[in-house]
Amino acid sequence: MTTFLSLTFAGLALGAVYFLAASGLSLIYGLMDILNFAHGMFMTLGAYAGWDLATHLPASTPSALTFALEVVAAVAGGAVAALLTEVVFIRPLYGKPLSQVLVTIGLDLAVVALLLGGFGANSLSLPVPLWFLEASHVGAVLLPNADFVALVAGVLVLVVLEWFLRRTRFGIVIRAGVENREMVSALGVDVGRAFTLVFVIGGAMAGLAGLLYTAVFTGDLLSPLQGDGLLIFAFIVVVIGGLGSIRGSAVAAVVVGLLQDYANYYGGQHAGFSEIGNLSTVLLLALVLEVRPRGLFGRAT
Amino acid sequence: MRVPRLGLAVGVALVVLAALVPYLGLHVPAVLPGTEDVLNSAGNLSILAVCFVFGAVALGYDVLFGYTGLLSLGVVLHFAAGVYVFDIALTDWHWSLGAALAVTLAAGLGLALVVGAVSLRVTGIAFTMVTLAFAQAFYFLIQDNPHGLTGGQDGLALSTTRLPSVLSGAVSNTRSLYWLALAFLVVAGAVVWVFIESSVGHVLVAVRDNEARAEVLGVRPFGFKLAAYTLSSLVATGAGVVYLLLIGTAVPDAVATTTLTLSIVVMVMLGGAASRGGAVTGGILYWYLESLLVKVSGQPSFAGLPAVVRVPLSQPQFLLGAVFILFVFFVPGGLAGAVARLRARRAGGLPGPSQPVTAHSVLARLVPSRSDKEAS
Repeated sequence: MTTFLSLTFAGLALGAVYFLAASGLSLIYGLMDILNFAHGMFMTLGAYAGWDLATHLPASTPSALTFALEVVAAVAGGAVAALLTEVVFIRPLYGKPLSQVLVTIGLDLAVVALLLGGFGANSLSLPVPLWFLEASHVGAVLLPNADFVALVAGVLVLVVLEWFLRRTRFGIVIRAGVENREMVSALGVDVGRAFTLVFVIGGAMAGLAGLLYTAVFTGDLLSPLQGDGLLIFAFIVVVIGGLGSIRGSAVAAVVVGLLQDYANYYGGQHAGFSEIGNLSTVLLLALVLEVRPRGLFGRAT
Repeated sequence: MRVPRLGLAVGVALVVLAALVPYLGLHVPAVLPGTEDVLNSAGNLSILAVCFVFGAVALGYDVLFGYTGLLSLGVVLHFAAGVYVFDIALTDWHWSLGAALAVTLAAGLGLALVVGAVSLRVTGIAFTMVTLAFAQAFYFLIQDNPHGLTGGQDGLALSTTRLPSVLSGAVSNTRSLYWLALAFLVVAGAVVWVFIESSVGHVLVAVRDNEARAEVLGVRPFGFKLAAYTLSSLVATGAGVVYLLLIGTAVPDAVATTTLTLSIVVMVMLGGAASRGGAVTGGILYWYLESLLVKVSGQPSFAGLPAVVRVPLSQPQFLLGAVFILFVFFVPGGLAGAVARLRARRAGGLPGPSQPVTAHSVLARLVPSRSDKEAS
């Protein structure tokens, strides 16, 4: 039972990171019809931005402050990368959704390759507070502290995002645009600004996802390829949750995270099944599409 | 069926020329992809043969991408399935060549039908994501080395004991393998051409251009799309078999990665989607250029270049990405589109009806616009 509880907890933490990665993708798709492959690059760049800032801090900086600054750098790094992507590469191609997709694929490949050339495949380590590596007792169960961080971040972002989309002017424009873009522009709202904003929000969340993934799941090792690895699962989450739905992404992220964690533990012990966790997510995707092609919370078309 | 005579004549001439290459001991400096400067050296022939394999893959992929208007990112799933099933049957199970071929094609057909049927439940971007997820799942599976069948990360070297001697040994029998690859390309080309020119092919183009209209006319697109998916996948599976014979080993990172999928997309964009001869030219040219680049970046003079030039050039994926971006912005119709524009300019008038479809126009149709979505 304690194993099951700690597995559940780790699965929820993984789900939180998936949510951060997927919700931006889902918003961007919902508003702009773009499958944004550069999202993997935003995640990777966020993690590297955090690492880069940490290397420039004096050694006497308290570790908690270092991590807080890493988070700020990752969010800013992801947001800036997304802003540049939207303004320089996406905007000239408005009205050509698939050309936009191909450009984001090209960008992702090129930037990841440059990082590989510059930093190598797996050589950098992100400084994290020692507290992350310890575990705390919750009742009888020992839970890793790092998982709490991911979980709290995921829930916090979900709450803030829901508030932003429902209570602010910009958020309402975005939600309306996801529902019916033509109508919103016909009413005289500058949808182009909403496009840029959605990219920046998505990029900021992606940057945070990249940093948290490194701090919580990879043993603090940075890899230029990590963003693209996460991106595949983010795609799966987005399709299962329903394109354009934030709540769908949140629910699907938790389901996928839990499934992957359980399958890895209970199935992965057997020889030749070490990838069962990854495989199970794809099987779930196929199943959901068979039963409900538009995803759990997808709008009817 | 309309037979374009000039195009056919050029095609036949090129195939005859290619078939004669093993007899041409020409000395060509610098531009050959192999290490020797002689055209018919084993190294050059084997790289050219792989060029033909990817020419065929690109040709098959264009049935789906160019003519059907579906962006699948699962093409390597079917390519890698050909490589691995054939390898497992010959190497792990010691089956005969015929039995191995039969099981590979049967598995390839089954996989194409199942994955195609599931993926085509969704359209547009979701289709792209789902095919990508399936391909990634297959990559995970072969990495996993189930029952010790695939050799995991290290791959599975092909055992040649059950192969006829003329097909084994990449060095001693390069010529026969080269001709095999060329023959496969010709057969794949003929099959794809017949398919595209058939009534099924015409329905596909009609569905691509306006799915709602086609449905009103009584066409149910699903079956036609599945046919295109299956044909495209079977060509990839067959190409996997030839690839394995040429290379002699199956490694996940060489045959099953998303990067390879994206390379195949670029091949079609390079040549020009949905244009006769475009995809195959793109596939051959892409693999040739990449091999040449690998050779150039390994030369000692290359190490002397400043880092700002050397680092990007030594990362093939950087160039792949850059080509993606440049083509989308500057050469949207690929080479075929550029040739057509040039011809139209020379003729001094508007481009004629025979102008190939540009990648841009195909791409614009891939995702239904918002108003289409509401209408359907």
